[in-house]
Amino acid sequence: MRDVSATISTPPRTERAGAGGRGGRERRRRSPYPNWFFLPAAIIYGVLFLAPTLLSFYFSLTRWTIFDSEFIGLDNFAQFFSEPALTKGFVNTFIYAVVTSGAKVVLGMALGLLLTSQIVGRGYLRSVVFFPVLVSTVGVGITFQVLMHPSKGAINSALAVFGIDGPGWLTDPALALFSVALVDIWKGVGLATVIYMAGIVSIPNEYREAAKVDGAGPWSTFRNIILPLSWPATSTVVTLSLIGGLRSFDLIWAMTKGGPGFTSDVIASVIYKQYQAGFYGLSTAGNVILFIAVTAIVIPLTRFMAKKEVDV
Amino acid sequence: MTRTSPVSARPRRTVRRVLALATALTLTSLSACSAGSLGSSDDSGDGVEITWLTGTDETAQATAQAIVDAFEAANPDITVKLDGKPAGAEGDNLVKTRLSTGSMPDVFDYNSGSLFQQIAPEKNLADLSGDDAVARVDDAYAPQVSVGDQIYGVPYGTAFAGGIMYNRKVFEELGLEIPTTWAEFETVADAIKAAGKVPVIQTYGETWSSQLFVLADFHNISAVEPNWAQEYTANQAKYASDPAALAGFEHLQEVWDKGWANSDFASAKVPDGMRLLASGEGAMYPILSGNITTLAAAAPDAVPDIGFFALPGTDASTNGLTAWFPNGVYIPATTEGDQLEASKKLLGFIASPEGCEAQASASPPTGPYMVEGCELPADVPQVTTDVAAYFDADKQSPALEFLSPVKGPNLEQLCVEVGSGITSAADAAKLYDQDVEKQAQQLGLEGW
Repeated sequence: MRDVSATISTPPRTERAGAGGRGGRERRRRSPYPNWFFLPAAIIYGVLFLAPTLLSFYFSLTRWTIFDSEFIGLDNFAQFFSEPALTKGFVNTFIYAVVTSGAKVVLGMALGLLLTSQIVGRGYLRSVVFFPVLVSTVGVGITFQVLMHPSKGAINSALAVFGIDGPGWLTDPALALFSVALVDIWKGVGLATVIYMAGIVSIPNEYREAAKVDGAGPWSTFRNIILPLSWPATSTVVTLSLIGGLRSFDLIWAMTKGGPGFTSDVIASVIYKQYQAGFYGLSTAGNVILFIAVTAIVIPLTRFMAKKEVDV
Repeated sequence: MTRTSPVSARPRRTVRRVLALATALTLTSLSACSAGSLGSSDDSGDGVEITWLTGTDETAQATAQAIVDAFEAANPDITVKLDGKPAGAEGDNLVKTRLSTGSMPDVFDYNSGSLFQQIAPEKNLADLSGDDAVARVDDAYAPQVSVGDQIYGVPYGTAFAGGIMYNRKVFEELGLEIPTTWAEFETVADAIKAAGKVPVIQTYGETWSSQLFVLADFHNISAVEPNWAQEYTANQAKYASDPAALAGFEHLQEVWDKGWANSDFASAKVPDGMRLLASGEGAMYPILSGNITTLAAAAPDAVPDIGFFALPGTDASTNGLTAWFPNGVYIPATTEGDQLEASKKLLGFIASPEGCEAQASASPPTGPYMVEGCELPADVPQVTTDVAAYFDADKQSPALEFLSPVKGPNLEQLCVEVGSGITSAADAAKLYDQDVEKQAQQLGLEGW
């Protein structure tokens, strides 16, 4: 009985300490469950996740329909990178991911600081910041599509009151991607804020008091105490929002469908369009590329950030 | 404990066995049930019952129902049941699957032209050549539902065209004539712009509407090169390298270069375009004639003011319309006996003046019926009359999609890029040729 409760309650702590690997191995040996306990989960995982993933590597090398497939080697990948529309989607994906995750870190940190300080209506403000996270992405996309309409939208109408001639947020090829990124930030910053609030609150007060005694001002407290000690929060936010940004699709599809032309296409929307057009092999290849790109970026990044973590 | 266990084990095993039996029974009774319902159409008393597979959406069902009502009144011994299929690619798959598994209902409607060719008509459909059912099918339409000399279907609905809707009042006011060459079109557009109006309405809020300059220009390509579609399918003709084919893209670029489009072209949708046209602020709108319904909904009062003309090409003498033909109604090869006879009667009825009337009562015609003897009602919109005039004068030819299965999926985005000045016409044509290549390879066509 004691054993069970211990395994249930430990993960959060051991996971971090278990970087050395010793804790993990010990736990596996003393596992209270027989191996067949894991079988149902293993079967589901294997059939629904592992097999399709491995199969997709094969099918990305073919031109397939539901009934048959023809092996064509790396042609799909060559095609994917030879088309400017597809490479544009690739570049856009990185711009989008970096812009959104960067902004979420900065804004999330700022809002996290604000909402952990002693301000009036803190509870209300916290829920207001978090609210967009709860709204359906497609709903947000459609709403902002209306708000950002160049002539009839609320945003440009409001700007017109101040005599500013607002741009075509979603119709200007140079702006469309950033407009969508802006909405993504608005929608996602609530989650980043909550993560930062948790991170900041968990910093023991002694550090701040000690710093104050040493004569540190607010800036140096932030710079030397809060910033390094909320690193776990930063790394969580960066990882989550970077992965989210790399594979983002719903918001872009709801707002611009990759348009005007191909100017706001990202990998996911390109893949979707290829699939819609019936180019199954090509879209599978796109998915493999996305998989490799996300893995290649996220694994080194998490490693790097785990290394920089400071124990509180 | 030890004494009760062997006793309790037995009932548990029996329970399990009963459960297994029950499951097996439910399964068999289910399959028996479905087999029974498939055969049930045979035992409907004295009359014959046939099933017609048509679209699930409201208009499709209402139109089919109007025909069925009129048909059943004329043929009291035949009952027609309607069945629904989804639209788009999903419906395509359903039709193909049902045909290849022999489970297609007695009658179904489906695309004509190149999509019709893809369902292997000679294998899957009943040959109607020489039958009364197809006696009145228009000669211009027959090739769209034929393989060689065999004809397999009758037209369902009206033809429509790609071209330019124009505001007749504006043309009258400015003393303009309908242009029959692109040079004339340029003069007309410049005159409209000089009068402070929008010469060419573009609505990229709905991206498909950007393709008209390319797709509706096909009559002009085939006027210059009659075999273009075959060469295109065989990977010999290309948009980028053929000046006649490239013209469509170039015209679109010209719209951007000369600033002919409305200022909100990037976000406007088709109803916005229709309102602009109806108000007289905009004069010409490249669109499908079928969108007259959009005009009627957006600006009902303006319908008589709006006319239609074909996209002009280089030569006034070959000026004509790019036409889209209506779907066909077909009988699968699996329909036999009384059902076959009844189905042929239904097709004959659809391709008859009474059938056209029944269709017109459910949804107003957007172009000519492709059936001999069918007259358009007197009160059709001006656009429909103008389109029908091209058909009557035989100055029309089918759109590329009726002649070739090759159509790239990205044409609309590429056209938006050209029309918004992001890409040049030449580059877009080149990219479209690449796009098309993927499609041809996926279809497994020869020579790609």
